[in-house]
Amino acid sequence: MAKSINEYEISEIKDIIIETDTIKTFIFDWDMEEGRIPKPGQFMMVWSFNGKQDEKPMSISKIGINNNEIGITIKNVGEFTNHIHNLEIGDKLGLRGPYGNNFSINGNKILAIGGGVGMAPISTFVEYAREKGKEIDVISASITKDELLFTNRLDNCGANIFTCTDDGTCGFEGYATHRTINILEDSCYDMAVVCGPEIMMKGIFNILEDASILAEYSMERYMKCAMGICGQCCLDNTGWRVCIEGPIFTSDQIKQIIEFGKYHRDASGVKHYL
Amino acid sequence: MLKTKLCGHRLNNPLLLAAGVMGSNASSMNWILESGAAGVVTKSFSKEANKGYNNPTTVEVTGGIINAIGLSSPGVESFKEELKKINKDVNGNTKNNGKIAIASIYGSNPEEFSFVSSEIEDLVDMIELNISCPHAMKGCGAAIGQDPNLTYKIVSKVKNSVKIPIIAKLTPNVTDIGEIAISAENGGADALTLINSLGPGMKIDITTGRPILHNKFGGMSGPAIKPIALKHVYNVYESVNIPIIGVGGIRNYADVIEFLYAGSSAVQIGTSILYDGPSIFNKINNDLGDFIKSSDFSSIKEMIGIAHRN
Repeated sequence: MAKSINEYEISEIKDIIIETDTIKTFIFDWDMEEGRIPKPGQFMMVWSFNGKQDEKPMSISKIGINNNEIGITIKNVGEFTNHIHNLEIGDKLGLRGPYGNNFSINGNKILAIGGGVGMAPISTFVEYAREKGKEIDVISASITKDELLFTNRLDNCGANIFTCTDDGTCGFEGYATHRTINILEDSCYDMAVVCGPEIMMKGIFNILEDASILAEYSMERYMKCAMGICGQCCLDNTGWRVCIEGPIFTSDQIKQIIEFGKYHRDASGVKHYL
Repeated sequence: MLKTKLCGHRLNNPLLLAAGVMGSNASSMNWILESGAAGVVTKSFSKEANKGYNNPTTVEVTGGIINAIGLSSPGVESFKEELKKINKDVNGNTKNNGKIAIASIYGSNPEEFSFVSSEIEDLVDMIELNISCPHAMKGCGAAIGQDPNLTYKIVSKVKNSVKIPIIAKLTPNVTDIGEIAISAENGGADALTLINSLGPGMKIDITTGRPILHNKFGGMSGPAIKPIALKHVYNVYESVNIPIIGVGGIRNYADVIEFLYAGSSAVQIGTSILYDGPSIFNKINNDLGDFIKSSDFSSIKEMIGIAHRN
């Protein structure tokens, strides 16, 4: 019988790719059994049982169906992620998943927009959509050139990359929102996929709505069980669970998620406004 | 046909959402009500905000889950904002739709319980006292529900502070649950919820040798605990005169019928949402309706306590 996705797989870190000063990709062996093959946009629960003990949801950034490997890209933003960043090849983490829904492909020409470490799920989508022969333009945004993610990888799979940095050190100078407005002047798309800081996604959402482009957005919330029962990641006003109905939501769904781009709840349930 | 009554409230059916499952905000609870539940019990909260334990807080095991969330809650002041939106119309008035909102509260002493109860009395239909959480901080949860005197003190203090019906939720992790049930009834409880999660229990990862839950131990819930929950309902039904709300591992209509026969006036469903999602409520209501149609019963009331006939 195939293992339940809720069962932990204690996995050795097989390789660590230093992507930027603050971002690393951790590679693990992962048996691509039925029901456990990750789809673009899904996430894993990553359990650290030594040192800083905790467990957090992390996007899958590499799906190696043929070599039975997955990659998880993590930005060093706090105690937990700092602990993970200090781990070495051969160290172990507990993994369960993959969880959540996935990006879908609608149409032939697709705009993929990723901000910062939000490029993680975007990258797996782009590779997948390229395999299906889709034409993909990628807006890869970050604060500066050294923080851009996966540029070579996505270039190699045949996507058109449009880099965009806040300080203008690589490509367009400005925010992903500006780059999106800019690119829509010359091109039209059948759909878009978006992942990044929620304030960025909110801006992109308004732009894509004006341009009548249906899109899918990857959301993030504090999670506990990831199995759809604890209620921690439920969204206002629909009650949808980010771990089950999400993390990917369509434009129509985003319109019903009143907290999108406004607030989120912490571990105790207290709201924090953006 | 599925209509029933609980402490003076009319219910469309006997199914309620159990505390601690999808009960952290009004949105998810309203979704559960739209999915067929006749009522929701909120996640337990108290006076102050509490972040609970670190993850992992929940682990799946054969027959259910073990959880040690650690009573995370934003505190009564923040949570009032959610209570104001559960089953309310645009003007903030409770909808007259055969559905109810029950607040689950916890605390470490009678004063804290009565303070929180008074704060929220006007926002909910009933209050469930969580004196039974098996993974609570010192002095909270099961530490109270394992002590008949403390149970009496807390129930009576809350009963004297509020006008709405109060429910005591009891722990199965005692020698004699009947004694505690009688203390709660004597203290003025209008109903009992039986049972909170079992144990505590634990799960150890065999590769690392580590307990998986951050708190090491947690309460067991899910289908595996149903026979035990049922037995407690059956026993307590013979000891008290107040209604019992049965909870523990209910996954389908047949489970509901067993709990009604054992003496439950209503039931709560929680962990089985793991397997079936919120649609479990409509599914069970439909199946329960079909069962009653094909039976000699004409109401839920007639089914309560059937197993006690000689």
